[in-house]
Amino acid sequence: MDEFILIFRHEDGSKIASPEQMQIWMKQTMDWIGGIAAQNKFSGGNGLPFDDARVVKHTNHNNIVTNGPFGEIKETIGGYIIVKADSVEEAVEFAKGCPVLQGEGNSVEVRKISKKDGVH
Amino acid sequence: MQEQELIPHLFRTEYSKITAVLCKHFGLAQLAIAEDIASDTFLTAAQTWPIKGVPPQPVAWLYSVAKNKAKNYLQRNNLFENKIVPQLKNNIPDLEGPGIDLSEQNISDSQLQMMFAICHPAIPAEAQVGLALRVLCGFGIEEIADAFLTSRETINKRLFRAKEKLRLEQVQIEFPGAVEINKRLDNVLTTLYLLFNEGYYSESQNSIVREDLCLEAMRLTYLLIENEKTNLPPVNALLSLMCFHASRLEARKDNNGEIVLYQEQDETRWNQELIAKGVDFLRRASGGNTVSKYHIEASIAYWHTQKRDTHEKWENILQLYNRLLQLEYSPIAALNRTFALAKANTMNDKTQAIMEAEKLALTNHHLYHALLGELYTGTDNAKAIDHLQKALALTKTTAGKNMLTKKIVDLEEKNSC
Repeated sequence: MDEFILIFRHEDGSKIASPEQMQIWMKQTMDWIGGIAAQNKFSGGNGLPFDDARVVKHTNHNNIVTNGPFGEIKETIGGYIIVKADSVEEAVEFAKGCPVLQGEGNSVEVRKISKKDGVH
Repeated sequence: MQEQELIPHLFRTEYSKITAVLCKHFGLAQLAIAEDIASDTFLTAAQTWPIKGVPPQPVAWLYSVAKNKAKNYLQRNNLFENKIVPQLKNNIPDLEGPGIDLSEQNISDSQLQMMFAICHPAIPAEAQVGLALRVLCGFGIEEIADAFLTSRETINKRLFRAKEKLRLEQVQIEFPGAVEINKRLDNVLTTLYLLFNEGYYSESQNSIVREDLCLEAMRLTYLLIENEKTNLPPVNALLSLMCFHASRLEARKDNNGEIVLYQEQDETRWNQELIAKGVDFLRRASGGNTVSKYHIEASIAYWHTQKRDTHEKWENILQLYNRLLQLEYSPIAALNRTFALAKANTMNDKTQAIMEAEKLALTNHHLYHALLGELYTGTDNAKAIDHLQKALALTKTTAGKNMLTKKIVDLEEKNSC
């Protein structure tokens, strides 16, 4: 069985929605993760708050530090989870249930995590 | 207390204390000898008390007889010179001086240290529970076999191998260092948790043994709380969990000792004092910054002390199971989580819950089919009956079988109308 990371890219919810709406999204996210964990397919995960975020960029032979955003506003990484799956297709099925996808333009990127076996 | 009840009662409370103290004195390699001397002490009591009458202070009598037997044993067998001295080079016990110390303090210290010794990582979990029952709780082989639904032989073998392991690994009866305590404590708590569950969920028909298992697990957990080194948040959380469950011990059995399922229990018989204690220990568990699985399970158990079906109750239980499963997967938690999901998220019919339940694919588990039977009821009764029948074939308890049969009959009647 492989591990895949599911990376959520979306707008900063607190800028576009009420606290009540945020709470609903939070519950949906917890239920979605709980559903994966109930199949014994959950490996880990974290939310990535939008405050205290910086980008260090190499420009003109210098490291420049900027505050977020980090590119297109809908492409900011808001969190990730790691799932266990037999194939990328199975991991994609998990990703399809992610509540982040309710927002137009938001996305979930599915990437396989390399096994530290020197081959992959 | 009548004499014929007194000895078994004292055996249950004092045997393990005597064994722990003697074992601490002799070293864990001599566990079998410590057990023999403790047993022999009770044999002497059983032989002499009916003739000479019960001594005015039976416990003190037992301790002094045990001490004498231990001394005699050591002298008679020259064990002292040949085996004990080489092992205890720097710590030679003075047999004639203070000697074997059966003070309250040393008893609880010895039992605690024994708990940590038994929970040594080298001993398999099943054997740890067996050893704990035998050595820390004074259970008979028969009772242990009954609790595990297995034979005396199996238990004897299991205990023998575990004792061998303790000897080979040269496990010491001592408090592990501060760093080691946290690592070992996990094992200790797992053993106590299994011990309690063995009593609470055992399919054994012997309800007295089942309850004793629960009470012993609670007594040992409390021993950890009484010691400042081990009075840690997860320990309090575990005891809280046990209190909440134990509050239903009375209400969950009928006059014949058969289990009464949660839904059918008379909640006025739930023990409010234990529920209040559970709340208290849960509050004490909230110090510190780690949330253990015991914290989460205790919180779930707290919500189950409220019988009324409210949305708040089920939403809280659902979120707690979501967290529990992220921490540690178990089929039971997965099934209970899906039941809570059905209860909490019913606004858009039961399709979501059915879909999630089917994804669990725990087709060999009776509760999996019972859950699907429940969820399909009213939506697709034929499927519901099919699942309930599968559950019936897999379930072992009488109460479970009765409940399932009743549901099937009800549904078949509805279908034929």
